[in-house]
Amino acid sequence: MKVADLAELAARNLREAVLRNSLTTLGIAVGVASLVALLSLGVGLQQLVDRSVARAGLFDTVSVRPRQSAPLGQGVGLRRTPRDAADLQPPRVLDDAARNEIAALPNVVEVNPEVRFTAEARREPNSQLVTVSGMAQSSQSSGTLDDMTGNFFSGPDAEEAIVQGDLAKRLLANGKAPASLLGQEITLRFAQRQALPPRSEQAQPEAPNQAASPDEDAMGFSIVPSEKKFRVVGVLPASDSVGGQARFNNAGLYLPLAVAEKLQVVQRDDLRDVARSTMSVGTRYAALNVLVNSPAAVAQIESRVSDMGFAAFSLIDVTRNLRTFFAIFDLFLGIFGSLALAVASLGIINTLVMAILERRREIGVLKALGAANRDVRQLFFAEAGVMGLVGGVFGVLLGWAIGRAIQFGTVLYLKRQGLNPPNIWSVPWWLVLGAIGFAVLVSLASGIYPASRAARLDPVEALRYE
Amino acid sequence: MNVPETPASSNGFAVRADHVSRHYKMGDALIRAVDQISLEVRAGEFLALLGASGSGKSTLLNLIAGLDRPSSGAIFAQGRNLAAMSSEELAAHRNQTIGIVFQSFQLLPRMTLEENVELPLRIAETPRSERPGRVREALERVRLGARVKHRPTELSGGEQQRAAIARALVNRPMILLADEPTGNLDSKTGEEIMNLIAEIHRPPSGPGRTIIMVTHEHALAERYADRIVTLSDGAISREENLR
Ligand SMILES: Nc1ncnc2c1ncn2[C@@H]1O[C@H](COP(=O)(O)OP(=O)(O)OP(=O)(O)O)[C@@H](O)[C@H]1O
Ligand SMILES: [Mg+2]
Repeated sequence: MKVADLAELAARNLREAVLRNSLTTLGIAVGVASLVALLSLGVGLQQLVDRSVARAGLFDTVSVRPRQSAPLGQGVGLRRTPRDAADLQPPRVLDDAARNEIAALPNVVEVNPEVRFTAEARREPNSQLVTVSGMAQSSQSSGTLDDMTGNFFSGPDAEEAIVQGDLAKRLLANGKAPASLLGQEITLRFAQRQALPPRSEQAQPEAPNQAASPDEDAMGFSIVPSEKKFRVVGVLPASDSVGGQARFNNAGLYLPLAVAEKLQVVQRDDLRDVARSTMSVGTRYAALNVLVNSPAAVAQIESRVSDMGFAAFSLIDVTRNLRTFFAIFDLFLGIFGSLALAVASLGIINTLVMAILERRREIGVLKALGAANRDVRQLFFAEAGVMGLVGGVFGVLLGWAIGRAIQFGTVLYLKRQGLNPPNIWSVPWWLVLGAIGFAVLVSLASGIYPASRAARLDPVEALRYE
Repeated sequence: MNVPETPASSNGFAVRADHVSRHYKMGDALIRAVDQISLEVRAGEFLALLGASGSGKSTLLNLIAGLDRPSSGAIFAQGRNLAAMSSEELAAHRNQTIGIVFQSFQLLPRMTLEENVELPLRIAETPRSERPGRVREALERVRLGARVKHRPTELSGGEQQRAAIARALVNRPMILLADEPTGNLDSKTGEEIMNLIAEIHRPPSGPGRTIIMVTHEHALAERYADRIVTLSDGAISREENLR
C-alpha cells in the first residue's frame, strides 16, 4: 500500500477507538513531556552558567603580562633550579610593538591595555575605596553587560562611569536602590603620575660627577593626588543578586578605556620600571587583554603569546570541566526522561496487541482482499507511528508548559528571596524536534512485536464464521 | 456449450487442482479436510461445490483463493501454481486474479460502502484519481449507487452481500469465488443474489467470469451452475454436468 493510504487507514483506525488510543497517546505525551522538561531544565541551567562564564569573559579573553624576572635575592627557593637562557635574558617588554604583534595573530579581535587601579569614589557624604578598570568599547556588544541597568558609555571619551551595585549602595543614602545613582556625579580621587621635565633642563649643570642618568631622555615622575568627576550611566547588579557574579577584570567601577588611560594613574610596575636602566621611552603596558573571536582559539593564542615571550593566562580549562559536567548532567536527566517514555511504550505495545485481538476479522478481510503481510505490518507500524507523532507533539507542548510553570515558580521564589531571577529554562529547537523524533522512534519500536504478530495472522482462522 | 470469451490460462483452464490435499494435525489424529482432489474449471464456467457440512468445501475454496496453502499437490490459477508462489505473490493473486464473497459478508463495519469497496484498490495501489470512478461503477453494477455513503449496519443482508460482491469485482478479477453467498439470507433475497451472480457470470454485454460457488442447496446449484461437484470427506464423490 502507498504511504498516504497507510496513513489514512491508520488515522481512521485510531479515531475509531478514540478513548483507548488517546489514553495511550497521552502516556507517550507524558513520557515526552518529562523528557523535554528535564532536558530543557538541564539546557537552561547550562545556558545560565555559560552566560555567566561569558559575562566573566572566560570564554574569549586572554590576559597577557610581561614575564617577571624576579630580582636577585627574592624567591630563590621557588625558582626552577637550572636557569635557562630565557631566564638570563631580560624579559620582553610589553610595548606597542608587542601589542601590534599580538593584534596581528589570527583569531584575535582586538587587544586592549589593561588599566586597573585603586581609587576613592566619593559622593558626599559617603566615600569608598574601589578598584577602577578601563572598559573597552567592544564590551558593549559582548553580552557582558546584559544585566546592566542604564546605558553604556555615550562615547569612547565620555567622562562617564558604570558602577557595581555594591559601590552604588555604599555611595547612596541607606536603603536606596542602586539604580537611583544613574545620572548622578561621583568624584574619583587617585594617584596620578606627573612626568618630570628632562634632567638637562634641571638646574644642576655644575655637578657632572654626580650620579647621572645613563640615558639623557629617560624621565622620572612625581606622584600627586588628583580628582575628577564622572557621571554614572550604568549600574551593574550587586554581588548578592543572582546576576552579580564575578567577572573577568572584576572591578567596582568602570571607565571608558581611553579615559582611564589618560588619567595617568600610577601602575603597579611603575616604581620597578623607574629603577631599571632599560626603561624605555614609549608606552609600556602592565597587561593587555586579548579578545579572541572564539573560545576554541583561546588555547592557541595563549601558546602563541607565550612563544613570543610573555605570560598568557585564560580560564578556558575551568569552563571545559564545566561543560563536561553539564554533558553528564544532561545525560542523566535524559535517561530519567527516557524511562518515562519507555513506560509509555509499554502502553503502545498493550494497545496494539489489544487492537490485533479486536481487529482479527478486519486483518483477515484485508488479507482476503489481497493485502500482503507487509501491508498489514506497515499498517500497524503506521498506527504506532501516528500515536508517537501525536504523543510527541502534545508531549513537547506539555513539557513546555511544565517548564514554564517551573520557571514561574523559580522566579517567584527567587524574587521573594530578594534575588534577581535568572532564566533557568530553555527549549531549543533541536530538543523539540529530537523529542518528537524520539517519540516516533520509540513508538515504532514498540510496534515491532504487535505489527509482526498482526502480519502473521492466518486469514482463514481470522475469517472463520463465529 | 456457450463459453464467453475470456483470457484463459495457457492450458485453457481458469483453475486446475492437481492431487491437492489439506491436512490438519489435531494431536495424534490427522484430519484430511481436502484429500487428493483433482479438479479442472474451464474459463467462464460456473461451478458449484456441494457437500455436507465438514466435507471440505470451504477448505478447497480457500486453497483456490490463496488464503491457505495445500499440504501437498498443486493448484493452478490462470496457469500459475499457487503452491509455488511467495506470500507476496499469493497476496497479489488474491487482489488481482480472484474476487471472494463470504457467507457473512465481511464488510468492515466502520467504513462506508464506498470505503469498503475502495479497499482492494488501495491495496492494488490504484491511482487515487481512478478510484472514485471504479468504486461507483462497481456499486452501480450491484444497484447500490444510491447508498455509497451508508455504513454496512444501515443496510439489509441482501444489500450488504451486494456490496461485498461489488468489492470482490472492483479489481476486475477473472474468477469470482463465493462461499455460501446466500447462506445468511432468506430465499427471496438469496435468489436476488444468485441472479446477480448469474449476471456477472454471463453479462448482457462484455466478458463474463469464471464462478466457483460453495453451497449446500442442490436446487440452487442446479438452477444456476454449469456443473456441480459434490464433496464428501474431503474427496469428490460426484460430478454432474448440467450445461
Ligand atoms: N484449522 C482447522 N483445524 C482443524 N481442522 C479443521 C480446520 N479447518 C477445518 N478443519 C476441518 O476440516 C474439515 C472441513 O472443513 P470445511 O470448513 O472445509 O468444511 P465445509 O465443507 O466448508 O463445511 P460447512 O458446510 O459447515 O461450511 C472439517 O472437518 C473441519 O473440522
Ligand atoms: Mg464452509
